Amino acid sequence: MTPFELWSTVVIFGPLLASVVALSARPALLRAGLVLGSLSALVGSAGLWRAVILYGPGRHLLGGWGQPLGIELWIDGFGVAMLAVTALVGALTSLYANSYFGDLSELSVRESPAGRGARFFAPLWLLLWTALNGIYLSADLFNLYVTLEILGLSAAAIVTLAVSRQATVAGMRYLLVSLIGSLLYLLGVALLYVQYGTLSLEGLAAIGPSGPIPAIALAAMTVGMAAKTALFPFHAWLPPAHAGAPAPGSAILSALVVKGSFFILVRLWFSVYGGGSPEGLVLLGVLGSGAILWGSVLALRQVSLKRLIAYSTVAQLGYLFVMFPLLIPEPGLWNADAWTGGLLLAISHALAKAAMFLAAGNMSYAVAQDRLTAISGVAHRLPMSFFAFGVGGLSLAGLPPSAGFVGKWLLLRSAFETAHWIWIAVIAVGGLLTIAYVLKVLRYALDRDEAPEDFRPVPRRMEWAAALLALAAMALGVRALELVELLLVGGPFPW
Amino acid sequence: MNPVDLYMLAGIAITLIALYAALTRAHLFWKVLAINLMGTGIFLILLAAPSRRTPEIADPLPQAMVLTGIVVAVAATALALGIALRVIARSDLPFLPDGDEDDPDSPGSTGEASR
Repeated sequence: MTPFELWSTVVIFGPLLASVVALSARPALLRAGLVLGSLSALVGSAGLWRAVILYGPGRHLLGGWGQPLGIELWIDGFGVAMLAVTALVGALTSLYANSYFGDLSELSVRESPAGRGARFFAPLWLLLWTALNGIYLSADLFNLYVTLEILGLSAAAIVTLAVSRQATVAGMRYLLVSLIGSLLYLLGVALLYVQYGTLSLEGLAAIGPSGPIPAIALAAMTVGMAAKTALFPFHAWLPPAHAGAPAPGSAILSALVVKGSFFILVRLWFSVYGGGSPEGLVLLGVLGSGAILWGSVLALRQVSLKRLIAYSTVAQLGYLFVMFPLLIPEPGLWNADAWTGGLLLAISHALAKAAMFLAAGNMSYAVAQDRLTAISGVAHRLPMSFFAFGVGGLSLAGLPPSAGFVGKWLLLRSAFETAHWIWIAVIAVGGLLTIAYVLKVLRYALDRDEAPEDFRPVPRRMEWAAALLALAAMALGVRALELVELLLVGGPFPW
Repeated sequence: MNPVDLYMLAGIAITLIALYAALTRAHLFWKVLAINLMGTGIFLILLAAPSRRTPEIADPLPQAMVLTGIVVAVAATALALGIALRVIARSDLPFLPDGDEDDPDSPGSTGEASR
């Protein structure tokens, strides 16, 4: 058994097994599931990271059956980087969730809302984790579809674990968008199969899809995935859904879930279609710029903490699409800085946004609501959460030495090299707006001298989870070279 | 026109009509039904695909895909109907409210407090 086969099995089937274990209502098994899922994801992605650096991209024919009849896994630097950040964010969020849903051993009222959240969060989240890991290792279009659907269904279910009417409505809307998006993707898959008779990403890349039917297929898949990634102007479903979910759910949805469909878009446009069309790339970049500006302005106008962070996600996702036109500045050329910079931003956003949502969860856990005015003075009682929010926010804004800084710097450098001044302006203005809305929250939190009266103590574990994520976002900037090296294994065109 | 092309065209037509319905119908039940139908249209396209390429030999791949797709569709429909029932129970209406329900003063907007 090669290391690729061993660790890819661990990283997918570990969380899957854990989710089955966690389906049992017993508190001990819930906790065991979270531990098993976290450990297998961490160990598996570390093993794959090592294997990819040592041997280059690898593959795993499940059960010895290759394509077209079997399922094949493809392991390259991009996929492993996403696996690794998912494992880190996932493990710390699991730690957080363990305390957030109350003492699991005292689940006396199963039918109470809190009890329902505690019972179903762990299995749903572990299933979601399985789906994400599956996406990052998929080598064919249909396996991507199946994992995408598992991702969408479990993510929508997590939103509805919150009992408020708004959260239920937001979850419903999220599910509908998600299902239509997946079906548009499946329509593209069907059209490509009609044209070429293969589902293999590698096989399609070798053919080099061109002509009207593959173009329609790419358009359908792009619209579907853009809707699921909440790319402007398809973003309206995201803020209520991400803000309405329970705190650990918000962190997972904002940090990780939207990256799944983003990953598929990158695979399709570059790995399979070899860059698609230059006009299409520019269009995605323009929509990304719209997301940066519109999302940031709306984030500034929010009165609720979690909604502000959710709109910030809309804005930060925009940067990932500015990468598209910068990656292929001219036909036949690709820019390595744009590739590593854009993906570093995706990775650092995952860490920073999870830290911010968990820290916000701590603040609203303490004061039992999430209006910005209600958290005034909370910094004095929750210094560690305040620190986590601030450091996460600074990383988002791209201040050194954070990973966000390195990512933005590489992206800016690629724009300078190719003299794309408009993208530079958008990136710079977006950074300033990010600082503005992060400072808005910090100002409220520091507002008063005296701490709020009505204050529920926050479990230490929840504070640590948020702080460690924020530190990881900062520390990643210092060790960014290793990540850049990993991202270049295979690069955007692995075949 | 041979029957396979007819399948293909019918599949595309059903997919597009269902997509239109899913986007424009307001009632949640119609939306779920339309999404279900959209999947069926795509399955029809998939089933027509291989026979166009090799009319004599059956291709097992699309059949496996459609079978998997049906399983996914059943799960998705069940979840969607379940959440739709809960929407109706909480708002007494089988519709999603227009636009972003961004009213910070309405009860329950504090997701944390009501978890």
